[in-house]
Amino acid sequence: MGIFVPWLAGCGGPLSTLDPAGPSSGVVAGLWWAMLIGAAVITALVWLLLALAWRGDATRAGGERLWIWGLGVGFTMSVLVVLVAYGVWVGERILTRDDGALRVAAHARQWGWEFTQPGPDGTPIVTQDVLYVPAGRPFDIEITSSDVIHSFWVPRLGGKMDAVPGRVNLARLQADAPEVLEGLCAEFCGVGHSVMRFSVIVYPEGAFPEMDVDANVAGTEVSP
Amino acid sequence: MTMTSQDASSLPVQATAAGFAANPQRRALRLHKELTEVWTDAPGWRGVLMSVNHTTIGLRFMATAFVFFAIGGVLSMLIRAQLATPRGDFLDTALYNQIFTMHGSIMMFLFAIPMLEGLALWLLPKILGARDMAFPRLSALGYWCYLFGGLIIVLSLLGGVAPDGGWFMYTPLSDKTHTPGINADIWLIGVTFVEISAVAAAVEIIVTILFCRAANMALTQMPLMGWYMLGTAAMMLVGFPPLILGSILLEVERAFDWPFFDVARGGDPLLWQHLFWLFGHPEVYIIFLPAAGALSTLIPVMCRTTILGYGAIVAAVLGLVFLSFGLWVHHMFTVGIPHMALAFFSAASALVAVPTAVQVFAWIGTIWKGRPQLHLPMLYVLGFFLTFVMGGLTGVMLAIVPFNWQAHDTAFVTAHLHYVLIGGFVFPMMAAVTYWMPLISGRRRVKGLGEAAFWLVLIGFHGTFFIMHLTGLLGMPRRIDIYPDNPEWVLPNLISSIFSMVMATGFALFAFDIAMQFLFGRQSRRNPWGAGTLDWAMVLPAPAYNFASLPVQGPTGPELILPLARGEGLLPGAPRGWRELLVVDPGTGRPSHVAVLPGNTLLPLVTAVAIGGLVGLLLAGLYWLVPVALGLIVVAVWRWGSIMGTTCDHTAVAVTPDLMLPLHWHVRRSLAYCGAVATLVADGTLFASLLFGVAFLSVVAPGWPAPASDLPEMLAPLAAAIVILTLAFGALAARRAENARATPRGRLWAILGTAAGCVALLAIGGAALMLDDPRRHARDALRAVLLAYVAVHVAIATLLALRTWTDSHHGRVSAARRGTAPVWRLWQDFAAVTAAISVLVITLQEIG
Repeated sequence: MGIFVPWLAGCGGPLSTLDPAGPSSGVVAGLWWAMLIGAAVITALVWLLLALAWRGDATRAGGERLWIWGLGVGFTMSVLVVLVAYGVWVGERILTRDDGALRVAAHARQWGWEFTQPGPDGTPIVTQDVLYVPAGRPFDIEITSSDVIHSFWVPRLGGKMDAVPGRVNLARLQADAPEVLEGLCAEFCGVGHSVMRFSVIVYPEGAFPEMDVDANVAGTEVSP
Repeated sequence: MTMTSQDASSLPVQATAAGFAANPQRRALRLHKELTEVWTDAPGWRGVLMSVNHTTIGLRFMATAFVFFAIGGVLSMLIRAQLATPRGDFLDTALYNQIFTMHGSIMMFLFAIPMLEGLALWLLPKILGARDMAFPRLSALGYWCYLFGGLIIVLSLLGGVAPDGGWFMYTPLSDKTHTPGINADIWLIGVTFVEISAVAAAVEIIVTILFCRAANMALTQMPLMGWYMLGTAAMMLVGFPPLILGSILLEVERAFDWPFFDVARGGDPLLWQHLFWLFGHPEVYIIFLPAAGALSTLIPVMCRTTILGYGAIVAAVLGLVFLSFGLWVHHMFTVGIPHMALAFFSAASALVAVPTAVQVFAWIGTIWKGRPQLHLPMLYVLGFFLTFVMGGLTGVMLAIVPFNWQAHDTAFVTAHLHYVLIGGFVFPMMAAVTYWMPLISGRRRVKGLGEAAFWLVLIGFHGTFFIMHLTGLLGMPRRIDIYPDNPEWVLPNLISSIFSMVMATGFALFAFDIAMQFLFGRQSRRNPWGAGTLDWAMVLPAPAYNFASLPVQGPTGPELILPLARGEGLLPGAPRGWRELLVVDPGTGRPSHVAVLPGNTLLPLVTAVAIGGLVGLLLAGLYWLVPVALGLIVVAVWRWGSIMGTTCDHTAVAVTPDLMLPLHWHVRRSLAYCGAVATLVADGTLFASLLFGVAFLSVVAPGWPAPASDLPEMLAPLAAAIVILTLAFGALAARRAENARATPRGRLWAILGTAAGCVALLAIGGAALMLDDPRRHARDALRAVLLAYVAVHVAIATLLALRTWTDSHHGRVSAARRGTAPVWRLWQDFAAVTAAISVLVITLQEIG
């Protein structure tokens, strides 16, 4: 992966999928780099074959066996089988599973997010546009919507999941270290879509940060 | 015009080898005059309004599509101008939303689909060796529906009420609560209006390819373009009905509050997504296949060789048609579907790369075995390779579920889809246009301009979209208008915006080049590329009738032009003053009969205006006037049938001195009958989509089971029984009426069939009164839709029964001519079966 070091400088940013801050986005970023290398090699191969056609000797062109069965079917199928298997394996690793992980909730509306998570003393609190989660601990997030379809996405943590009216969707995420991450609504939801952002405050386990009451906290405690 | 001995011998050799005697040689100019008289458009404005000729209509489609492409392109420039800076205040958000929605909708529905329809209409008869499409008036009707629908959609932008929910119009964002204005109605009704032309084109492309080829051209010998278009048309026939159904349901929900997509009342917004992508993914291949067909046609010509792997390519086309219906869910990987189900769709989505790769490698192998020449069309072919391969590879990436969860709805997807659509459609189409321009204009191009346009488009395209992959991976979502807090997105967006202007300049230069070629190009020689397909076996520009006499399957080449023009082929000239078309057996291509096609007529325009009136009333919400518009449409369509009948028997016509074939009035399996079958395939798919909706909502939607229904215990089954029995009786009557045609008994059966249809309609009306309020729950709404579907089909079957009676009454049938009866029988059976299935569905719901 050494050859990508110079590029990686341009891959940062608060919403970059290429700068993972959790295991889920980490394996997907690995998948991306692997696919990028594969795609670059295949593109180069196709262009090379194309370039050689101009100087090629028609008598050595090869027949259907080579082009159709060898390259079209054989080569393509081999690449795809490996890739799909790799993809399913990655997918299985980042799925929600029933292991009693921390539960938080994200409720989307036009245009903002209401999060429910354990507060300083462990009782659930409701916040606006800020999600508090402990570092180094997997959590499942229940994603719902009260009006149109939205999509919950924290690129540095992992893939997005839609908030669909009438459904509860679950995503398993985990943040590795304490920091402030950014998230946004990824599904077009009307005129407020561009600004439907939120923050994820990752705090060290057991050290719930002081909340900025003015800005975001609804402050109301809800019964569990 | 002198004739070499080679010219003289080629066609008779070709014809006699196939078992046909050559027709006597005539003077080419005289034949040309005779045919032009019959086939050409009327002069002046009347010609504009009345033309049904496939060359005219096809070119009109393509030219109009290019205008819409320019409009969509201007909108994309506005998007790039807005995104060039992070706080762009060039457009306000509401207008920006209209503009990106319109950009996508215009490019998909008003450019890509009509462009390929235009290419098919213009090219197919020429390359298959026919004189026109099977249903010339349908071509014209499709064009007018496309034009009027497109105008409604584009004018809405000027009125500031354009659709603004994104080109896939996800509900609930597009429902009445969240989009109270007319914006969404314009999309739903306008696009459906345009889709009439897509379904019409699909029907006539299928029938034309299967039945209107050169004599003895077996399906397996057909030019690859035929296979590609056959695959395209089959996909359109099955792909568009789910979208049309979805649009109707959503519009009905918006207009009358029937809750198909409202979770509180048993609906589900995901039903829209399924219906939309059931269309939307095949749509990508509907667009790609004709472009691939153009590549398969012109790569061998540009490389002075034959295509490598004809059979494998045909298999790949069929594979794509099949597979493309199994991967719509990959647009929905993030809606919360179990992972193993996703894995299935992921594998299916990846698998579709195999037939695509087979074609790409077959093309490269073809270039290897030939001697490639870098003419302008070949440059665009190389542009295709450079671009499409990358788009295909990012497509495979997006098929991998975990990566899709990250990249979905970001600029990465925007980049991918432009690589696929511009790489896989626009570049091949530009290759196709430059390749066939001499046949269109009869002229050569002006050197230099085309090459400059190519390089500008290629550089501009990759400059715009390559970096956009990175922009997406850096987290930039689609469809946002400002990004003040993300300085890391500024540079890539600025790069995209700058290069997009370069690309736009390239497209403008391409259009300029085409205009220059028309105005100042020198006369082109015949068959300038030395192609071996029948489209070049005619003079330039292509005459209105294509071939003065029709070719036979066999070796083709420039030496064929003269014998065909001199009438040595089949069915020479227009001796009866009719537009005559040779109809062949679909498999073998053996000549079967001669179809007489309609000439110039205002009817398609009148019909499209009547449909446009209906569309206008629906948009204006004047539902009480809708019956008037429906009445006008019925009158127009009734007239449609009556000007094509005949009141006397005709003798068989001489196709060659020793081959006499009957005219289509004397044949049961006529083109019209086959067209009716194809229409019912689309119609049946619409019905199947409706059943899918019923099953999906009852199994998946949260708000089920539905409240108990208040159907009357005795009356409802009674009404259902009356409907089923009368329709079954109608099916019997249709058979009797056809068998006893042209006798009083036959007329009696037709009257009885009509009466039975009227009773069925009354019973359906009674059943409608018994239904629960459709606004209560999605189940009740779907029942009302099922009933409406049956009512429409029974009404059509009843009109066909009445038509059968009038045919008989006016002597339009005889022992040898069947008139409308076969089509009535077909519709009657279809109406009876769909009615029975609907009753069964409702019964099962009541029991279960």
